[in-house]
Amino acid sequence: MRIVLYIWRQPHRDAPGRMVRYEVAKVNPDMSFLEMLDVLNEELMNRGEDPVAFDHDCREGICGSCGFMINGVAHGPLPGTTVCQLHMRHFRDGDVLYLEPWRARAFPVIKDLVVDRSAFDRIIAAGGYISVNTGSAPDGNAILIPKEIAERAMDAAACIGCGACVAACPNASASLFVGAKIAHLGLLPQGQPERYRRALNMVAQMTQEGFGSCTNIGACEAVCPKNIKLEVIARMNRDFLVASWRARREARVEGFG
Amino acid sequence: MELNARLPSGPIEQRWDRCRFEMKLVAPANRRKYTILVVGTGLAGASASASLGELGYNVRTFCFQDSPRRAHSIAAQGGINAAKNYQNDGDSVFRLFYDTLKGGDFRARESNVYRLAQISLNIIDQCVAQGVPFAREYGGTLANRSFGGALVSRTFYARGQTGQQLLLGAYQAMMRQVAAGRVTLFPRTEMLDLIVVDGRARGIVTRNLVTGEITAHLGDAVVLASGGYGNVFYLATYAKGSNCTAIWRSYKRGAGFANPCFTQIHPTCIPVTGDYQSKLTLMSESLRNDGRIWVPKKPGDKRPPNEIPEEERDYYLERMYPSYGNLAPRDIASRAAKRVCDEGRGVGETGLGVYLDFSDAIRRLGRKVIEERYGNLFEMYQRITGEDPYTVPMRIYPATHYTMGGLWVDYHLMSTIPGLFVAGEANFSDHGANRLGASALMQGLADGYFIIPYTVGDYLAGTKLDKVSEDHPACREAIDNVRCITKRLLSIKGKRTVDSFHRELGRILWEYCGMSRNATGLKTALARIPELREEFWRNVNVLGTNEEFNQCLEKAGRVADFLELAELMCLDALERNESCGGHFREEYQTPDGEALRDDANYAHVAVWEYQGEGRRPLRHTEPLTFEYVLPTVRSYK
Ligand SMILES: Cc1cc2nc3c(=O)[nH]c(=O)nc-3n(C[C@H](O)[C@H](O)[C@H](O)COP(=O)(O)OP(=O)(O)OC[C@H]3O[C@@H](n4cnc5c(N)ncnc54)[C@H](O)[C@@H]3O)c2cc1C
Ligand code: FES
Repeated sequence: MRIVLYIWRQPHRDAPGRMVRYEVAKVNPDMSFLEMLDVLNEELMNRGEDPVAFDHDCREGICGSCGFMINGVAHGPLPGTTVCQLHMRHFRDGDVLYLEPWRARAFPVIKDLVVDRSAFDRIIAAGGYISVNTGSAPDGNAILIPKEIAERAMDAAACIGCGACVAACPNASASLFVGAKIAHLGLLPQGQPERYRRALNMVAQMTQEGFGSCTNIGACEAVCPKNIKLEVIARMNRDFLVASWRARREARVEGFG
Repeated sequence: MELNARLPSGPIEQRWDRCRFEMKLVAPANRRKYTILVVGTGLAGASASASLGELGYNVRTFCFQDSPRRAHSIAAQGGINAAKNYQNDGDSVFRLFYDTLKGGDFRARESNVYRLAQISLNIIDQCVAQGVPFAREYGGTLANRSFGGALVSRTFYARGQTGQQLLLGAYQAMMRQVAAGRVTLFPRTEMLDLIVVDGRARGIVTRNLVTGEITAHLGDAVVLASGGYGNVFYLATYAKGSNCTAIWRSYKRGAGFANPCFTQIHPTCIPVTGDYQSKLTLMSESLRNDGRIWVPKKPGDKRPPNEIPEEERDYYLERMYPSYGNLAPRDIASRAAKRVCDEGRGVGETGLGVYLDFSDAIRRLGRKVIEERYGNLFEMYQRITGEDPYTVPMRIYPATHYTMGGLWVDYHLMSTIPGLFVAGEANFSDHGANRLGASALMQGLADGYFIIPYTVGDYLAGTKLDKVSEDHPACREAIDNVRCITKRLLSIKGKRTVDSFHRELGRILWEYCGMSRNATGLKTALARIPELREEFWRNVNVLGTNEEFNQCLEKAGRVADFLELAELMCLDALERNESCGGHFREEYQTPDGEALRDDANYAHVAVWEYQGEGRRPLRHTEPLTFEYVLPTVRSYK
């Protein structure tokens, strides 16, 4: 197979970038997309040219490192699949593919296809946890959790934090990512004490990082490699509303006190 | 090199308690005056950072990925062991201890392994409290599954994403400490040297992977939790970035390296298909609960699996190990697969593969149950191979998966350099010559949540440390060393890519220091590795500069270290004249091909001490004594 690639090349954060044309002549259909880029990079290096930078680590679709746009679609054409798990057998000989980094104000480009996603870590730090110090836990079976609840929590917890949802959203909203964590923890009995504070703080951080707001387009769900459902956003909005209402009430009570 | 393991005495059940009682404590108000550097954010590093932060220490944590949540632990699939005995099937702390020690072929310390089994109970509780969505029964209790090398069901799991969920739990706990200002994170930052002042670990030198800036970070103790070194084989189930640099450069600063040749080859991975291949994908061992492994009885039988009648199939694990069957431990299952392939009975295009067949289980339990148990693994298999495992048996073959060897540590998880602690897969401590499935996650979290927080405190409380500044000669020397390595790599401008060297090294190791080894092969490898290394330093092509995001340079540094470590692995394998666990020396086997241990001469840990470039390292030994479980022939028949 022969594949033609137009790849976004940008030397560093503050430099301008442009699309550059490459050709990979001998693509084996059993290769993964990243393995095809490895082959391209070996060729570039042998010619003394700067290889294309892209993030990757596990190559098993679980670490969330990889990800870029292929012909305008985050992680490419195969639903529920990260680029590291996308194989070339899904493309045709002679295909022309345009590769671009995630584009969002909150994800500045570091080099080529590599972006800075540390905003996600700061959102988690704002409240994406259950506060329990090491050593202070009761027996694992002390609190029973219905299987359906555990399964639903797991569905949301499957998020790999890759950022495809942000890249796909015309508003560059991080709602699917934030909603997934709020749903995961908020569904479990252990997550109840901090449920509303968590929603308030995480949403506030999301806004502060410069992510846009959700207008129910659903592009995020369509590209999510872990099939996280839009319902987590509904849940986030509900929890956030309750939390804001409570915060106002408390402020009023304090005001009178 | 002095190897004082600081093992407590007394009844084994009380040793850890006693040890903790005898430890010195740091007053709560004084803790924030201490800075602890943690390298790594996998299960071990993230859990240690979180717990140390909670105690009030000033923690600085490093990882090379863009986010700590992406550490290699995220990819663990199958589960985590704990002796909860929730299934009432006869499990106990002692049984988990016994299974782990026997599974490791009696090459681990009794005291350490017993402590690990004890702590396993707390780990599950902690993770549940953090919101880890473990699999549950309809009644709401925690579910369990079986794993290789055990006859009880003690493995806790979260679908096929156990590592992900445990790591997110630890990561979130750590991020809570980041928000509290007790943990400072340094992602995309790689440790490239250790700073040793007056014989104590006092800091690390790092490179900022975005800007290339080289920095010295100073502190009162260093915790390495940098993971295993299995990528030395190039093709392995590890994440691409996993490497040995942190532990190797610490070895070169005086930390003893224990049992480097103890590597684990996992029996169930997707076979290699082509030269371009960049990694191998594990199919979780949990699949062996319901999948049956077989090859055709006739060599060279090329019929599709569905056309091979039942009586012409050899379910070799069930035949050779009737009591454990498909759940035989990893080293044994891997070697058996190699043997049937060597006999010409392997399947698939390359002949390097065996079937893992679910048709019986699907018939017995229904497709839905199988889907529920393994759905995401089946999906992953299909995605990679293009074949549907619900209808065509999976093809699997062994691949490098874990390293039992690592930096030597005492019972406090401190290396031979005072103040340098090592946790998780980076140390050598608990799995002997073979690790049982679902025990690495357990060990990583035991080290990080429940051991390091005490032992580091004990060290700090009992040690008087002078203030060190960045212009201390040791500090400047370490920075110069890093600059010098980088400069040298960039100035070679040779003809071969870094990967081409790495691939060649991997082929040498797999051939001569892989699933089975012999003296002739090891000597061949010991001749070829230095040649390859010499060529690397003459002919490698590393493009770009230091002052930029340069993945080529990152890789080059890591491969340079692998090229040295590989030699030590072969040396260690050659010196250990016995077969045990994952270390199978062809010269030492029973008539029916099982590993032949030599307890009289090799019941010890081999610890290597660096002697300088070009000089043979010194081999020391720490004898292993067994009071509770007497070494026997490890039989799974
Ligand atoms: C595919 C797969 C499946 C597995 N499944 C299971 C399972 O089901 N059950 C089980 O018990 N075990 C399993 N294991 C083994 C287990 O996952 C690992 O042994 C364990 O996760 C290692 O954790 P760790 O914290 O020691 O290191 P890692 O998770 O490897 O983390 C290493 C950390 O160190 C950092 N680091 C490394 N070098 C440097 C450096 N020089 N500078 C800065 N940072 C550095 C990295 O950034 C990373 O954060 C599996 C392993 C694989 C490969
Ligand atoms: S590289 Fe880990 S998800 Fe793609």
